[in-house]
Amino acid sequence: MQSTTTVVIGGGQAGLAMSRCLTDRSIDHVVLERGEVANSWRTERWDSLRLLTPNWQSRLPGYSYEGDDPDGYRDMPEVIAFLSRYAEVISAPVETGTTVTSVRADDAGYVVTTNQGGWHCRTVVLAAGACNLPRTPAFADALPAGVASVNAMQYRNPDQLADGGVMVVGASATGTQFADEIQRSGRQVTMSISEHIRAPRTYRGRDLEWWMDVTGLHSERYDEIADIGRARKLPSFQLTGTNDRSTLDLNTLRSRGVRMVGRFAGISDGKAQFSGSLNNHCTMSDLKMNRLLDTVDEWAHDNGVDGEVDPSHRLEPTIVDASPRLGMDLASGEIKTVVWATGYRPDYSWLDVPVLDRKGQVRHDGGVVDDAPGMYLLGMQFLRRRNSALIDGVGHDARDLSAHLASYLDGQV
Amino acid sequence: MADNGVNVQALLDARTALTGAPQAAQFKWRASCEWKDGTYTQSTVDGYFGLGEQHEHKTTFNFDADHPAVFASEDRGATPVEYVLVGLASCLTAGVAAIAQHRDIQLRSVTSVLEGDMDILGILGADSDVRNGFGGITVSYTIDADATQAELEALVAQSQKRSAVYDIVTNPTNVSVKVSKAA
Repeated sequence: MQSTTTVVIGGGQAGLAMSRCLTDRSIDHVVLERGEVANSWRTERWDSLRLLTPNWQSRLPGYSYEGDDPDGYRDMPEVIAFLSRYAEVISAPVETGTTVTSVRADDAGYVVTTNQGGWHCRTVVLAAGACNLPRTPAFADALPAGVASVNAMQYRNPDQLADGGVMVVGASATGTQFADEIQRSGRQVTMSISEHIRAPRTYRGRDLEWWMDVTGLHSERYDEIADIGRARKLPSFQLTGTNDRSTLDLNTLRSRGVRMVGRFAGISDGKAQFSGSLNNHCTMSDLKMNRLLDTVDEWAHDNGVDGEVDPSHRLEPTIVDASPRLGMDLASGEIKTVVWATGYRPDYSWLDVPVLDRKGQVRHDGGVVDDAPGMYLLGMQFLRRRNSALIDGVGHDARDLSAHLASYLDGQV
Repeated sequence: MADNGVNVQALLDARTALTGAPQAAQFKWRASCEWKDGTYTQSTVDGYFGLGEQHEHKTTFNFDADHPAVFASEDRGATPVEYVLVGLASCLTAGVAAIAQHRDIQLRSVTSVLEGDMDILGILGADSDVRNGFGGITVSYTIDADATQAELEALVAQSQKRSAVYDIVTNPTNVSVKVSKAA
């Protein structure tokens, strides 16, 4: 059993940013990583994925983008190289190939057990990520034989799918990207669409993420917005990162031949049932997008940049069929594969400290875990700021929480 | 010959006639609703379209809806979800009577109790995994009639098969909502 002051669990952007902040404070620590640095990016994402944020927007403590394509979007090899380089630059004490099997409390702090031995520590940082397991509806198991089921962590590219029709469930960034490339592969895609947030890739000539940054929306704090519980559950922007910086929304997918149905509500007698709420979901999404663009326009006007950017405009409303299909016989052969782009969830199966709520989420106040002194959470949706789950946002949170952690070690909090 | 007060012959004749004139079978049912105060609304039903023309009910029917005191409301009417139970019960029971007539089963009494289970964390927005609507509905019939248990079960099963409200409740329906700002 080894000892250190702080064990950081997870060697992705969150764990590395925290490592840098702890080093700055001369706090002895170790970063435990089950695989290599950036393991999730290496092993659990689809082939064509690129970051949804532009290259310049990846400012980490003591590190940022220095290449010649600041407005581009990193592909996975580039993300892995970027984070691996960060680990080197900050000399992060990463123990790779080290899988945490248990974290429990003891009188002196915490005991972290791994496949490579155990650690005693006073403080522990949970930085293993928000996207460890696929989130799929319970009825996913009720698909009839003959229809393959592929979740977002299993999906790599269209070639792994059988020929024939594909249902993509989910219309956020993941679902729209899957639908686009699967449709392009010659398989007829039907998308099942629930709540989603439409967003133009660029607006008035600038990346939407640039607007999110300059308007201050990205840095809105968790303790200053009305309903943080809701904000933490919002789906991701319907964005994609491509060379031509084009927008991939439902109208684009429709023009490429993708069919649209409502929320996949269940399976009854071998028939898929789709909610009749597609109209409302698309209307809400357009309204939300237009409110966001109103905010951008107001900011541009108030800050005198109207002359520096393109004129204000609005996108065409989302087109919805007059009577979307409400059901589909899954035994008919129309659909050979269902791909679930229905989100992810964290894995806390190794966390033997009673800090989870009844929904299995860590109870915390801006990353300071409730009822577990010295335990911190990092890298989750809207942890402390709207961009907490982005590479560009996790550094702010790491600075804040490392300050809290240092005060805790000093007996100040 | 059983007499449950249902003119089955007229229904069978209508089926024959409308099969040959399907456009006349296109009906549109209507309700109007007006907000009164708080969660209290008054809805009216006075006419419908069908058989190619507008029809008026014999009288205008009014429906008061509100929410009870535990929702901090004043309980001036049944809750909307209770109206859904009422709609389901009356639709299924009308079907039972008609099918019993058609099968020559004399009914003496038909009563039912409907219960809709609801976890209100859904409508309160407190748990996004909980649906807003009923988690499930149970319908319990007690029927006094000249028929065996199996015949009564078949009667109720057939009523579900042909019930509009049962279909509306058990299968999805496209809903389109438009809004206009009053001048």
